[in-house]
Amino acid sequence: MIKAEELAKKQREISIAEFFTKNRHLLGFDKPTRALLMAVKEACDNSLDACDETNVLPEIYIELKKISEERFVVVVEDNGPGILKQQIPNIFGKLLYGSKFHTLIQNRGQQGIGISAVVLYSQLTTGKPIKVISKISANKPAYYYEIQIDTQKNEPKILREEQREWKREHGTRVEVELDGKYQKGRQSVDEYIKETAIANPHAEFIYIDPNKEKVVYKRVLNEFPKKPKEIRPHPYGIEFGTLLWMLGKTSARSVQAFFINDFSSVGAGTAKEICERAKLNSGKKPRQINHQEAEALLKAIKETKIRAPPTDCLSPITAEVLEKSLKKEFNADFYTTVSRSPSVYRGFPFIIEVGLVYNGELPKEETAKLLRFANRVPLLFQQGACAINEAVLDTNWKPYGMQQSGQNLPVGPLVILVHLCSVWPPFTSEAKDALAHYDEIIKEIKLALQEAGRELGLWIRKNIKAKEQQDRVNLFEKYIPELANSLENLTNKKSNKIQDDLNKILKKGLKDLMENGETKK
Amino acid sequence: MEKQKSKAKEALVNFGEDIIKQSEKGRNPTINLPVRALSNIVYDTKSKTLKLGNKMAERSFFNVAHAKKFLQTVEVASIIKKELLETGKHSSLRDVFYMAKRTIPGTNINLVDEQTDSDKAIEDLEVISKFSREQLHVNANKNGSVAGKVVIEDAGDVIDWSKLGSGGWSIPSNVEDIKFKKVNAKYIIYMEKAAVWERLHEDKFWYKNNCIIMSSQGQTTRGIRRLLQRLYDEFNLPIYVLVDNDPWGIYIYSVIKYGSIALAHAAERLTIPGVKYIGVSCDDIEKYDLKKHFIKFTDQDEDRLKQISEYDWFKDNKDWQRQFSMMKKNRAKVEIQSLSSRGISFISEKYLPEKIKNKEFLD
Repeated sequence: MIKAEELAKKQREISIAEFFTKNRHLLGFDKPTRALLMAVKEACDNSLDACDETNVLPEIYIELKKISEERFVVVVEDNGPGILKQQIPNIFGKLLYGSKFHTLIQNRGQQGIGISAVVLYSQLTTGKPIKVISKISANKPAYYYEIQIDTQKNEPKILREEQREWKREHGTRVEVELDGKYQKGRQSVDEYIKETAIANPHAEFIYIDPNKEKVVYKRVLNEFPKKPKEIRPHPYGIEFGTLLWMLGKTSARSVQAFFINDFSSVGAGTAKEICERAKLNSGKKPRQINHQEAEALLKAIKETKIRAPPTDCLSPITAEVLEKSLKKEFNADFYTTVSRSPSVYRGFPFIIEVGLVYNGELPKEETAKLLRFANRVPLLFQQGACAINEAVLDTNWKPYGMQQSGQNLPVGPLVILVHLCSVWPPFTSEAKDALAHYDEIIKEIKLALQEAGRELGLWIRKNIKAKEQQDRVNLFEKYIPELANSLENLTNKKSNKIQDDLNKILKKGLKDLMENGETKK
Repeated sequence: MEKQKSKAKEALVNFGEDIIKQSEKGRNPTINLPVRALSNIVYDTKSKTLKLGNKMAERSFFNVAHAKKFLQTVEVASIIKKELLETGKHSSLRDVFYMAKRTIPGTNINLVDEQTDSDKAIEDLEVISKFSREQLHVNANKNGSVAGKVVIEDAGDVIDWSKLGSGGWSIPSNVEDIKFKKVNAKYIIYMEKAAVWERLHEDKFWYKNNCIIMSSQGQTTRGIRRLLQRLYDEFNLPIYVLVDNDPWGIYIYSVIKYGSIALAHAAERLTIPGVKYIGVSCDDIEKYDLKKHFIKFTDQDEDRLKQISEYDWFKDNKDWQRQFSMMKKNRAKVEIQSLSSRGISFISEKYLPEKIKNKEFLD
């Protein structure tokens, strides 16, 4: 029998960095093609977030340098606000270091794992550090760092640190070498940048691919998107652990004040009602609330009617801008966009935006292309597991003039874009590939798709159906002499007379034939 | 003969005239046809054959979905009437396809794209005219051999089935006009495999046992089915079917006895309710120790067995259901040729004579 002491010897704390070393798939580094994409994505997300927070129109330079078939250097450079010298090591060399985890604001990043996970992956596959240069203003020096992660302690290990000349006024440049594989197609770096440009029409992207081909995605819009506001959590979205943590941390003196100050949508009356339902003195100090009482509070919250959270915290792309962006990216005949009014799931506000692009140069015989976005970030993986996919498949596209067999994507020259913006997009995993299936979200997506679908249907009926209907009539004009000749051969009756009779029927039944595909009986 | 031909022609002409009449009246020309799919196949317990049910389908010319098929049916009718019946010539299904194949002027549409298009039109015309394909002068490929103490007359030639060397007489697709001059046989053995037929032929099985041996390669063609039926009807010869012990073999037997789904409209001319299944049965596997020659079932084999066991005409047949459940338990098939493991002529010297003597048949 193993004694407790012996067992205890074996048990030790596992550092987060060590954990992720063993579970890299959780963060999306499971395949070399994906790893390359993740590096670009995490760096770009940070650049765009930083620019948006400080009202800079983003200008992002991305370069993939091929070292060998399986090794690349990823360079991402932005004109953002730069990073304070003392923060640089922590941002790149410490997992779960971030400004975003404890706030509720519409952001691309969430947990503060992103870029440091890239550093960790690079270190694991090549042993090389990340190279960072950053500058915060024209009259300050630029700082250059080479950083790795101490995986035992989850602390940054600085290999090099120096002041440098840098021509930029402000901005950040990162350079990281890693094992990866470059490919084209739906899940490629190329596609990621293209889609990112669609969802961020205020940004400019310059992309040099491994074959040294340069692609420039020009800015569509010279204004900043509306800046998202940070909001306090809504009681409906709170979980037990978070509630305890907030109770321990609050500066409020009473439970009632705690609810009013630390949550959104709670006034004095509502706060009091929650306390009463929980059979708790509303003047009690938050730090004195024990487990049972906290549980009672959580139950009371669920039973109390609370106003929906404020929704001015969200920054949608907007229908107008999205349409411009789609027009720039796709050469097609028809574009429509919808931006829904805000809605709420689990106390988190969100907005659904949808765009449809049809015909023109889009491939005619393929299934529609679905572009998924969350907070302006393209989702390229796990389409089948995503709530957006479910909503699209669950929509009946036939009334809108599309072919669709069963619960599948419609077939035809169509691009479907769906964007969810929220203070907390419900991802199904840390790799942030797919959105969880909340009924409220699926319902909103479907409503938006239906709204856009109706526009599409109208257009198709007007433009395409008319042509198809004419084709039908033309076809019968060709069939009639054939049938008449066959009948003449069969019966020795004169073909001309038969043709005349058939043409009369065609003329009379034209309208029915065009609309229903058949003349009346 | 001539009379029949002119009647077939008349039926096709009537069909054309009816279409013309409809269009003269300003109506959308429409052909009414019984639905030829499993959903409209009925097992007639009285005649013990598969027949078409009452479900009818309409095919209209002024209908986007039907127009081309409509045109195909009329065009093929005119080809049969003008090129075959009026000239007295016969052609193959493939010939008809090429006669109908052309591009409709001013379009990029072919009147027929594949042979199945013209084949289907011919089947439709069989139903419409109530004449068989052979009577409409369209033949399938010949396929199959026969040997026995039989003398026939075909197209003016006298042929003795006992004097045709190692190949036997090859059965034409149209056997309507054959005259039987002498038939000296007690029964017919029909087998699905040409190789087994060759074995029995080499062993002079038909001579020693005074019978007729007949085979095809795979599915039984219409010509063979019609030949079997004529021998059965005109000479009262019992027919025993010898096939592999698997669902596909059983279906070959089923088609000869009850008719097939594809040709349900021709059931009366082709089915032979009196045929019996001689082997290979699941009991043979036990008796002759054939288990070591099992060939494992594929998923398709298993699905097919399930389908067949649920057919109306097998559903309430206790003997067959017993076979099906044994086969299901074996989850494997046994080929006729596995009998050769007991000696190359075991089948002709022991297996078949014993089975016939003991009347070990499935019905």
